[in-house]
Amino acid sequence: MTTRWTRKDLLGLRELSADEINFILETADAFKQVGTREIKKVPALRGKTLVNFFVEPSTRTRTSFELAALRLSADVINISATSSSLTKGETLKDTARNLEALHADILVLRHSSAGAPQFLANRLRASVINAGDGAHEHPTQALLDLYTIREKREKIAGLHVAIIGDILFSRVARSNIFGLLKLGARVTLVGPSTLVPCEFEKLGVEVSHKIENVLPSADVVNLLRIQHERQRREYFPGIGEYIRLFGLTKERAKLLKPDCLIMHPGPINRGVEIDSDVADGVQSVILDQVTNGLAVRMAVLYLCGGIAT
Amino acid sequence: MSATILRNGRVIDPANKRDEVADLLIVDGKIAEKSEVSGQKSEIEEIDVEGLIVAPGLIDMHVHLREPGFSHKETIESGARAAAAGGFTTVICMPNTSPAADNPSTIAWIKDRAAEAACVHVLPTGAISKNLAGEELSPIGSLAQAGIVAITDDGHCVQNHEVMRRAVEYARMVGLPVLDHCQDYNLVGNGVVHEGYWSTLLGLPGWPAAGEEAIIMRNILLAELCDHHIHCQHVTTAGSVRLLREARSRGVKVSGEVCPHHIALTDEAIQNFDTNHKMNPPLRSQADVDALLEGIADGTLSILCSDHAPHANFEKEVEFDAAPFGIIGLETELGLFFDLLVHKHRKIDIVRLIEMYTVEPARLLRINAGTLSIGAPADVTLIDPDLEWTVRIDKFESASHNSPFDGWKLRGRAVRTIVGGKTVWRL
Repeated sequence: MTTRWTRKDLLGLRELSADEINFILETADAFKQVGTREIKKVPALRGKTLVNFFVEPSTRTRTSFELAALRLSADVINISATSSSLTKGETLKDTARNLEALHADILVLRHSSAGAPQFLANRLRASVINAGDGAHEHPTQALLDLYTIREKREKIAGLHVAIIGDILFSRVARSNIFGLLKLGARVTLVGPSTLVPCEFEKLGVEVSHKIENVLPSADVVNLLRIQHERQRREYFPGIGEYIRLFGLTKERAKLLKPDCLIMHPGPINRGVEIDSDVADGVQSVILDQVTNGLAVRMAVLYLCGGIAT
Repeated sequence: MSATILRNGRVIDPANKRDEVADLLIVDGKIAEKSEVSGQKSEIEEIDVEGLIVAPGLIDMHVHLREPGFSHKETIESGARAAAAGGFTTVICMPNTSPAADNPSTIAWIKDRAAEAACVHVLPTGAISKNLAGEELSPIGSLAQAGIVAITDDGHCVQNHEVMRRAVEYARMVGLPVLDHCQDYNLVGNGVVHEGYWSTLLGLPGWPAAGEEAIIMRNILLAELCDHHIHCQHVTTAGSVRLLREARSRGVKVSGEVCPHHIALTDEAIQNFDTNHKMNPPLRSQADVDALLEGIADGTLSILCSDHAPHANFEKEVEFDAAPFGIIGLETELGLFFDLLVHKHRKIDIVRLIEMYTVEPARLLRINAGTLSIGAPADVTLIDPDLEWTVRIDKFESASHNSPFDGWKLRGRAVRTIVGGKTVWRL
């Protein structure tokens, strides 16, 4: 591995090569080890300022980025949509340029519009890290998913990964698709035809509307939350029918191979996309994902923060 | 008497089936016969136009001049200058102003402003429905008396088929064509880009082709029911072309227009989230572009236009979802259509291109324009069909710069625009 990191921004996995993705994962290995020390802090970003700019609400991702930045010794401030000037009519560009004028080095952006991080990255000297843009990409979530699979199964190439649920509105699904395919996995998307349109097949994945057909051959199942807030209308008749057709119930979990990993980016709707006991079962690596997210985000901040001037 | 003679140009006047190298004489703002001037040669301005096409002044029947209400985007004056620089002597402006052009006093204001400040003819359209809301009919008869040339809710689309039916019936009574922006709001929802591969990849809300085709279909049915003309604005999909072709073959009074961006670009262009590729209807797939080209070639799509939609930089410099739809086009459309339709794809010849910009819109709108007949107003566009040039948005006459074509190299453009015998713009 001779890849050197050259990007000031992390906008998505579609634009990264397999080498670049692997380089981030290897860098994360080193940072994961930091988390096991008594003093969980390194001086890599000392003197740098990171702004967590969350235009769309988030707890998990924002906390993870904040903690990652603190462990790298960066100064961190958090801005949400309601506390920013966006509510006063200031444009995203102006808000971001003001933050840059305050010498922000890294901007972590969560936004409801696809492409918003790229929009800012093209206009700022600061690093822009995409913490989720609309239904487009959520690269650090996919990286931590890849990290977790690699950690548990030692490789990704050749594995069969099923991503189940609301794919159409999911940035987690898109980033996972791009990353998994680049690293050689086979990907099947599962869900109702309204949320998993066949257009996705053109991305190089398989599409199934029958979960029972997919579970027996899966090495990983990644369950996505049904995102009510992103859906303008009825995409399926109701939660009850969703569970009946696509929920990972106890019965269906029996179809899984014993070593199949069960993943979920959270927050979980217990009893909807996944049975409560299955979520807490031995195959579940949901909390490992959260822990690994910290290491992966430290790696991303370290790499991009080292490029920005 | 003032007289001008254009010497040795290729005079193309599709209305009179004329295409020959000849002189064109203009006397007192009208096209004249040679015999009308004799002697006093010194009083005649002579312009050598050898190698140039002498065409009737071009008509763009779909522009947004933004006044009243949005003069930071464009004014009637700056929009008219942009039209002249693009080779247009007549533009038809859309009613989605503020206030909307749904009342006679706004129409009067636009006409006054155009008379004072515009260097080309500006002909207003009126709204189909009050405040473009699609619910109650605007006073279409009063608007006709105030001088509109058509009704349209452009930018919006009357969803209630019954309201649309009554509008078409009423327009027939007052002799106005109906222009329609075809968009089914339920199917399109919050779509911002063509629903297909790129919307799936980028996670941007999709605007499905069926959202246009459903309303094209509706308009075909209503044109038949009401026996009156409905013109479908900015047609973009293969399905729309197929529907219009079939209906026109049966003699139904429907027609369609094409904008240059819908044949110059596909939805692949949106992948950088550049808001100058965001327009409504959106850029479509290659299959749709191919169908539009065939529709132009076989006459299904009979009119070319720009949908000139100026927006200020600060309005476009925002997140993709938040940006307004639309791009400007007056100063690039002739070059793009010449380059793509005549030179590159060879879908139509120069004569047909000029016809689609003159005779076709003039006939639809029943206006006295688009011909070089003796006695007609001397609105003339001189075109260099082979001139190679580069689009430079910083050279635009328009008050706005929202164009995706900056830096494009094109072949063919207008070099002089004459309105009522007077040169209003030259390269």
